[in-house]
Amino acid sequence: MKPMSVVVRSVFCVFGWFVLVFGAYVIVHGHLTPGGGFQGGAVFATFFAALMASLGEGAFGESVSSRFLSTVESLGLLLFWLLGLLGMGRTFFHNFLAGSGSILFGGSVPVGPNEGALATGGTVALMNLSVGMEVVAGLTLITVYMALARLVVPDGGERGHDR
Amino acid sequence: MRVSRAFQLLSLFLLGGLMLAGLGGLRPFGEPADSRMDDYFIAHAQAERATNNVVTSIVFDYRGFDTLGEAAVLFTAVCSVLALFRGGVRG
Repeated sequence: MKPMSVVVRSVFCVFGWFVLVFGAYVIVHGHLTPGGGFQGGAVFATFFAALMASLGEGAFGESVSSRFLSTVESLGLLLFWLLGLLGMGRTFFHNFLAGSGSILFGGSVPVGPNEGALATGGTVALMNLSVGMEVVAGLTLITVYMALARLVVPDGGERGHDR
Repeated sequence: MRVSRAFQLLSLFLLGGLMLAGLGGLRPFGEPADSRMDDYFIAHAQAERATNNVVTSIVFDYRGFDTLGEAAVLFTAVCSVLALFRGGVRG
């Protein structure tokens, strides 16, 4: 993809970061507000799609390797599965951290409306983070591969899809 | 060929009839079904799972196994896209 006009690039460089912050907010506050790993991850990955659409694929394609993204994606899914497995003392996906007083999201919540504290939720918050990792890396990987794709013709030549 | 066409029509009518018969058992519009499970989640999710967001506590805790499948579906989708575009990507 070629970089877009100076207007698009300038607007993205100034305002694009808010997408990143909002995506991170939705992932981290998944156990308090609407949203979670899937939704926040999609918002977060939108930043990388917009980055490559506005500044060109070179802005992203060389700085982060697809091997790294693939590792993060697999790590997210493995972490999610592992957190479910750690609850096996009772059942698969038992929330063993909820209300345990542990420093890792172990706080308890009063019943009824309350203002909400970030350090609650137990494994729900950790699973949101791991799913967020997976979704961010997975969707970014899809975008990178589609942006960098070349049409390979049988006689050995190749060309990009928008040149 | 004739027999198979007749068989197709017969199975179509059979399935359609079963679906129409099933429609008769639906609850009337505006009257929700038995809500004991919803009431349990609303009453106990905060105390049991220490999560303010009851929807998230259902998705990631009570029904976490389902979400694991969802995450696996996403993983598989990414893998298939990578397999599809692999040949054309440099580096």
